[in-house]
Amino acid sequence: MGRQRIDALVSGVGQSDVGRRLHRPPLDLTIDACLAAIADAGLRIEDIDGLATYPGGIDMPPGFSGVGVSDVQEVLRLELDWFTGGMELPGQLGSVVNAVLAVSAGLCKHVLCFRTVTEGSAQGGGGRSAVMPGSGGGGRGGSGVRMGSFMQWSLPYGAPSAANWIATMATRHFHEFGTTEAQLGAIAVNGRRNAALNAKAVYRDPMTIDDYLASRVISSPLRLFDCDAPCDGSTAVIVSAPETAVDLRTAAPRVESVGTAIHGRPSWDQWDDLTTMALRDASAQLFAASDLTPADVDVAELYDGFSFIALCWLEALGFCGRGEGGAFIEGGANIAREGVLPLNTHGGQLSGGRLHGYGFLHEACIQLWGEGGDRQLPTQPEVAVAGAGGGPLAASLLLTRS
Amino acid sequence: MSQPFRVLPRLDDSNRHYWTGGEHGELRILRCDACRTWIHPPAPICPSCRGRALTPEPTSGLGELHTFTVNHQPWYPGLEPPYTIGVVALPEQEGLRITAGIIGIEPGDVRIGLAVRVVFEQYDDVWLPFFEPADG
Repeated sequence: MGRQRIDALVSGVGQSDVGRRLHRPPLDLTIDACLAAIADAGLRIEDIDGLATYPGGIDMPPGFSGVGVSDVQEVLRLELDWFTGGMELPGQLGSVVNAVLAVSAGLCKHVLCFRTVTEGSAQGGGGRSAVMPGSGGGGRGGSGVRMGSFMQWSLPYGAPSAANWIATMATRHFHEFGTTEAQLGAIAVNGRRNAALNAKAVYRDPMTIDDYLASRVISSPLRLFDCDAPCDGSTAVIVSAPETAVDLRTAAPRVESVGTAIHGRPSWDQWDDLTTMALRDASAQLFAASDLTPADVDVAELYDGFSFIALCWLEALGFCGRGEGGAFIEGGANIAREGVLPLNTHGGQLSGGRLHGYGFLHEACIQLWGEGGDRQLPTQPEVAVAGAGGGPLAASLLLTRS
Repeated sequence: MSQPFRVLPRLDDSNRHYWTGGEHGELRILRCDACRTWIHPPAPICPSCRGRALTPEPTSGLGELHTFTVNHQPWYPGLEPPYTIGVVALPEQEGLRITAGIIGIEPGDVRIGLAVRVVFEQYDDVWLPFFEPADG
């Protein structure tokens, strides 16, 4: 870990409509987001010479993506000098990191990065249980579907969801550090408060810590409101080479450093320290590559696919000490819009909707541009961090205002 | 008594020892012939000495609950919550852990540090290891 030879801007962001169930084709949503991002950057479609996405065209579980690089290239008739799409990356934002590297290496000038989900529509009224792996058959004396891969170690015990796997980590954190449910709830309550200022957020009704504590337990200690909300929507960001800055609409945020490291075992249950995750290593790398420190960060947009992941990001990035995350977020003052470290100013995935990683980078750029409208922070941020992923998946970007 | 619904592992030469050792009452974990390191999940190479000669061996079947969750969400018809999923630390080696169901104890009574021992439940050709309180 050390200095990084990266030189890239985030020149534009865009987002489709976002909703619990839009019932629109994923490619249609994707094009909405892409065109918005291209316009936001002040570019033309013809300027796009790179494409990046996560996880690519696969659509398992249903609604997880359904749009790949080639789909977007085809419908926009792009002439590409570079592209990437796939899942084996350091989390969702790993695709954006790839774009940063491609631009820095001179392979292309403007990479359109996108992430599309239609999990809300795909799950329908059945919720996540309707799309769980293995739900098509099993071993009740019959010859059902058999599970290989890493899933074989947890599925036989009725633990098919990251909710279960993250919950075991939260239990360990609670045990070692005395973290409480009421402390953890501050992540969800903070997200809901911020979502009220975001017209696209899927859950905007007020929520108190008592509402949180009254919500049903999904997998202890995680409750319903610790789990993000499946939704439909697409998010796009454009990564551009600095020499193109004169062509852009506004001064674009610069990528100061990225974090992609994973030094521990790439596993949900075999990770060496179950009170942290791969984000530990990705966060260390992020600041090792910069003169900036956690104290320089003005706003943090951190993955809350489950609330506990955001707590882990806060600790790993050094906004508080290891094991001190519970005390740091307790009551929500520190992470509020007015606090020392505003967190998830768009509502995160808990209340904003599970746009799966890209929403955090989108919001970090919006805040650095000062274009957040009702939710723009009262003091203009100069430095932002976006981090996405949990368990063995994690990537982070440190961004500075030009 | 009919068994609950279980998604079963697909058996192959790499994992068969683990999922069928229960037929003989043994929790079998792969072990390096050369340096004696226990290896889980199974792998074709020892992570410690990079040795390639690896053989499953029975463990003591004992463990200590490293962490857990009580699942309340009904993921599958035929598998009724609540039930407990644990990460069990095996005494054979520091850091040697397996994920398994925790049974024989009310979910609300489960605590980290609980001393447990393996028990097996057979589904077709698979013997799923579970753990129950060792003093039960």
